Parts: sequence; structure tokens; C-alpha cells
Amino acid sequence: MNHLPLIIQREYLNKVRNKSFIVMTILSPIIMIILVAFVAYLSQLNNNKERTIVVLDESGFLEDAFQSTDNTTYKFIDDLSLDEAKRDTEANGDYGLLYIEDVDDFNELGEHIKFFSTDSPSLMLMSDLENNIQKELSEMKLIEEGIDIDKIKESKLRVNIAQESFVGEKTSKIDSIAKLFFGCAAGYLLFMFIIIYGNMIMRSVIEEKTNRIIEVIISSVKPTQLMLGKIIGTSLAGITQFLIWLILGGVLVSIVSAIFGVDVLQTQPVDQEAMRQAMENTNSPEFQSIVIAINNLPIGNLVVAFLLFFLGGYLLYSSLYAAIGAAVDSETDTQQFLLPILMPLILAVYIGVFTVIEDPHGTVSTIFSFIPLTSPVVMLMRIPFGVPIWQQLLSFGLLVATFLFAVWFASKIYRVGILMYGKKPSYKELIKWIRY
Amino acid sequence: MDNLLETHAVSKKFGNFTALNEVSISVPKGSVFGLLGPNGAGKTTLIRIINQITMPDTGKVILDGEPLKNHHIQDIGYLPEERGLYKSMKVGEQAMYLARLKGLSKAEAKERLQYWFDRLEIHGWWNKKIQELSKGMAQKVQFVVTVLHNPKLLIFDEPFSGFDPINANLIKDEILRLKENGSTVIFSTHRMESVEELCDHIALIHKSNKILDGPLTEIKRTFKSNIYEVGIKSQNDVVLEQELASKFELSKANFKTLGEELKLNVKLNADESANDLLRYLTSRGEVSHFVELIPSANDIFIQAVKNTKI
Repeated sequence: MNHLPLIIQREYLNKVRNKSFIVMTILSPIIMIILVAFVAYLSQLNNNKERTIVVLDESGFLEDAFQSTDNTTYKFIDDLSLDEAKRDTEANGDYGLLYIEDVDDFNELGEHIKFFSTDSPSLMLMSDLENNIQKELSEMKLIEEGIDIDKIKESKLRVNIAQESFVGEKTSKIDSIAKLFFGCAAGYLLFMFIIIYGNMIMRSVIEEKTNRIIEVIISSVKPTQLMLGKIIGTSLAGITQFLIWLILGGVLVSIVSAIFGVDVLQTQPVDQEAMRQAMENTNSPEFQSIVIAINNLPIGNLVVAFLLFFLGGYLLYSSLYAAIGAAVDSETDTQQFLLPILMPLILAVYIGVFTVIEDPHGTVSTIFSFIPLTSPVVMLMRIPFGVPIWQQLLSFGLLVATFLFAVWFASKIYRVGILMYGKKPSYKELIKWIRY
Repeated sequence: MDNLLETHAVSKKFGNFTALNEVSISVPKGSVFGLLGPNGAGKTTLIRIINQITMPDTGKVILDGEPLKNHHIQDIGYLPEERGLYKSMKVGEQAMYLARLKGLSKAEAKERLQYWFDRLEIHGWWNKKIQELSKGMAQKVQFVVTVLHNPKLLIFDEPFSGFDPINANLIKDEILRLKENGSTVIFSTHRMESVEELCDHIALIHKSNKILDGPLTEIKRTFKSNIYEVGIKSQNDVVLEQELASKFELSKANFKTLGEELKLNVKLNADESANDLLRYLTSRGEVSHFVELIPSANDIFIQAVKNTKI
């Protein structure tokens, strides 16, 4: 008799109707977005802070080096001594005093500049100042050597290397960024999904044990069926939650950005300019190249591979989580068994982020995209960069084989474990259970 | 006699530990079968094998003339010793779920649940969560769920633990009623007084082996010790006791009467009948109490376990 649909239905409804699940579903995106908006708002505040820097240039070489901007005002003084200037600056509450000593040769000037301030100055500001001075001095040096600066400026040519594969696919840097984004998003999504819902499955198995209902249930259904029902039911609840988050997130982003006046999505400075231009003028080359980049992605392959690897990886891990739940009596006992599961998962994400970005087809990332416990995450990150079909098939084949093994293993542990109470089992005992 | 359930030389090992060693039992149709034994004897393992929760290493189980198969799950109602319900689920919903796992349709399950909830007067609980109920109340729900699908075979593992005397009686009556309606009941317990009241047949399992089985009355007959409790009023108790002691084996009696008489346990020799003793006694005084001492299930249990050296 097939009770799987019934079990799935109960698990799903039980999860979805659970109060903490509902609260989490609604509150998480709200909290997340408020947090992000708050941080964005704060960093904007910080950037907008105006500061005045007093410049005492006794040498007279650097009068043109500093241009006041919106945030930073340079105030030049020349009739005060250093001590007076320091006193005045502090008294006026200005940010700091830049003191340039009087030297005859500007070649030596670089070593004779000091900055005084109440608190130690920000790194950004100091490198700004250094850059400005360096630029000015370099130009002066060039003039001294008799070189025409305008010619140098003219000689700076813009370079944009056009990338093309041997089969004629055109790619670009934005292309790579898009690939990276899709790869990382997919890998990270899987990682989060496994952690959140794997744990949920584990807890629900433990709950059945602590409630002592397990024996009643498995006198009606096969343990393997119960386990699969749990995994599928919880996953469906997870997908529901994710969809709600997606919709709610979208709605909230637009509301919050309206309220705070912050574009939450554009806190990253990298593409901000390109994005804004793209918004203003859809014909701009940047926007076109983004569209091309997205079009260039192997969308069909990406979608299919995403579904398969996501499913395979998730099911593999969740059966292991279920086995852990069956092996222990309470959540506090799970630590020793969770570690070996979490290690490959975290390893996969690190490898994904560091080596795949560096070289998506390098040895390390290729190998780890075959090892079953890491392959779902790493492979998902690699696929946007184009992975030969045979590699994908091999990796998926290995994943499915491991998944089947894991289900077999987990159901063995499950069968025995759910009826064991009291003692926390050791690994040795778990191996013994398999032979029961 | 027709047997509903038979196990043939069922063995089960867990690693090096033998939980069951070639245990064969026969449960007659329509009987209440007591499965007795000290803690850790292997009762629960045997019950789990019957429920197909664990598989036996060797031996086979026959239910209603057929080797045990998957579909037999619906023919069995099992109340485990380790029992519980989903705490955060509502009573009605949970009962429906468990009933449907046993193969009942939605409508059937609902109808029977109404009937049973009315019968046990727990109708108002339908929308309550289990965590709002007391332990005894939850047990009642559990009992209903166990018997709901009208199984041929009912297995109760320590059914009365957690019940107060009133509810224990209620459940006992229900078990007897189910038996009258044709169900066969296997009943595992340490509580011997309930064995006396309920069981027709018993099997005693000790240290993974079956050491005793059969109809309860027959077992009692083999265990009877030919001892009679005697209460008698005579002119001279001391003389009478001495006279009796010369003829029979005597021991101190432990029963209560209203008067002040001589109380003795008299053990008959193999060639004497109860009538002989009674005739002799009536000639010596006024007999107020004369009862054959039948071994209680408790005595049999203790004695059988003591006699077995495994």
C-alpha cells in the first residue's frame, strides 16, 4: 500500500501551519530588508559627512594639488606658523591639518609632509591625499624633464579586449561577471537550502522519536517510505517558503526603497554607474552588453542542470540529515554527526567561490565538481562558464549513485535508530546497525 | 483449534546478542493471548516481528494461514509500549491520519471515529491538540486509533500503563468486547492480575526462549500443588493440629475468616483425594473454609522463571 502521498501531505501541512514557520516566513524578508536598507542608509550618511582640511603649504609647490569636493573642503592658509595653525584647526573643529614644509627642491618634498588630526584619519582620506600629491609632483617632474603633459594625456588610449571563443561565441568581462553571479547564486541557494531544510527534516525525525509516535507509525508504513515522505514534504514546505520570500522580498524592496530613498539593490558600487546609465539610455553599450551577457549564458543547460543538481544534492544531504535524526535522541546529540556533513558542504562553497572564480576549468574545481558531496554546489557554479556535457553527465551519474547509496544507508540507520532510545550511539554502533 | 497467528522457530540476533531463540507460539482465533516474561526477555522483539517492524533472521510467521506479507499490516492493530502522538496536531486530524495510514478511506475513518469518540465519551476533544490533553486522555485516543480499522489481530503492549483504575477498567471491558466481536488479542504485560482476568492462553518468554505456553487453565493444572486451605473449629486445636501433622504435610495458612478457627494449609499426598481430607475433617470438627489453592499466574510466572536455567 502506498502511503507516500498521505505522509507528504501531513508533513507539508504540519510544517506550513506551524506558527514559527509562518512567523519566520513573514518576518525573515522584512528583517533582512530593513537591515540591508539600514546599513545602506548608514553608509550613505557616513559618506555625506562634510569635512574641512586645513592646508598649510610653506613650500608653495602644491597649491593646485587639492580641489575641494562635495565632501571635502580644502582651506589654504599661509600667514600662520605651524603651532598657530594646529591650535586654530583644533579650535575650529576642522578635520585635520596638512602641513607641507618649506623645501627648495620639490624632489625632496615627498618626505616633508605631515598630517595632524584629533583622531587618526581614515585610510581613504590618507590615500586620497597621497594620490593627489603624488600626481602633482609627478607632473612637475615631467615638466622639469621637458616632457609635454598634454601629449602624455593624448597618448593614453582606451583598451577593451574583445573576447571570443574558438567557435565564435563573443564574450566580455561583463559576461564573466554575469556567469559568476548566476553560478554563485545557484551554489549559495543550494547551500542555504540544505542547511535550513536539512535541519528541519532532522528535527522532525527527532520529534517523532521523542514523541514516541514512531512505533505506531511504522507499524503502518515502511520506514523508508516515512523517510522519503518526510524529505519530500519538508522540501515542498521549503519551496513554498522560498517562493513567498521571493514575492514578499520583491514587494518589500520597492516599498522600502521608496521610504528610505535608498536603492537597496544598488549598494554595490561596481556596476552602479553602468546600471544607472543603462536605466537612462537603454541603447548604451553597457546595457546591451549585459543583455548579451545574459543571452550568452547557456540558459537551457543552466536550467536543466540547476534542477537536477539542486534536487540531487539536496536529496543526498537531506537523507543524511534524516539518518542523523534517527540515530540520536535529542538535538544536542547531533553535533558529532553534523560535522562530517557540514565539512564537505562548506568546503564546496569555498572551492566554488575561490577556485571557480579563478579558473572554472582548473584541476581543483574540476575534481571537486565530480566528488558527490561537493559536486552539486561546485558544478552549479561551474556550469555558467560552460562545462562539457560528458562531465555534467558523469558528475550527475556519480551524484545519483551516491544518493541511492545514501538512501540505502540512511534507511538502514533509520530502521534501527528510530526504535533505539536512551543511549547516544557511536560511529561504531552505527556501522553495526547497518548489518542488523 | 484454528490458529490466527503462528510463529515457527523465530530467531533474531542483534549483533552478538540473541533476542529471540527459535520461539514458536500459536495464537488461537478469538482468544486473548498473554505474552508474558520479565523485562528484556524478547517480548517486544517478537511483537515487532509480528508487526513487520523488524525482520526475523530465521523462522516464519503465519497470519491467518498465510506467510506474513506487507498487506497484513491492515489486519493488525498495534498499541506499542513506547507510545505517543504528535503533540502539536489536533486529536481529530491525527486520528484521521493514522486511520488512513491503516488503509481506511476518509469517509470511513470519520464515521468510525465519531462512533468511538461517542463511545468513550471523548467527543469534545476533536479540535484539541494532544499537548492540551493529560497522559491518560492521550492514551484513550491512542486506544481508539489502534482498534479503529477493525483488525483481526490486536496487539497490546502494556495497555494499562498510564491509566487510572476507572479508565483501565473501561479499556479492559472494551478489550473483552472486541474479543466477543471476533477479534484475537495478544496482550503483553507484567501485571499478572490482568492476565488472570483476561487471558485464555499464555506464553512465557524468558531470556529469549519460550519456556511455557498453553491454555491458562491447563497450565494452572500442571502447576497445582495439591494444597488446600482449611479452616476448622474443634474442641482442641493443638491436638487436631498434631493429628493432622502426622498424616499430611502442613504449612502456615494466610487467609482471613470471620471467626477464631484453626487455619492451615494442608498438602495432600498423591494417592489421596480432596474428599478423603474433607471427610476426615468433618469428623473432627466444624469446617468453615475449604478451598483448593490454585496457583496464580504470578506464582506460575515466578516459579517457571526460577526453574529455568538458561
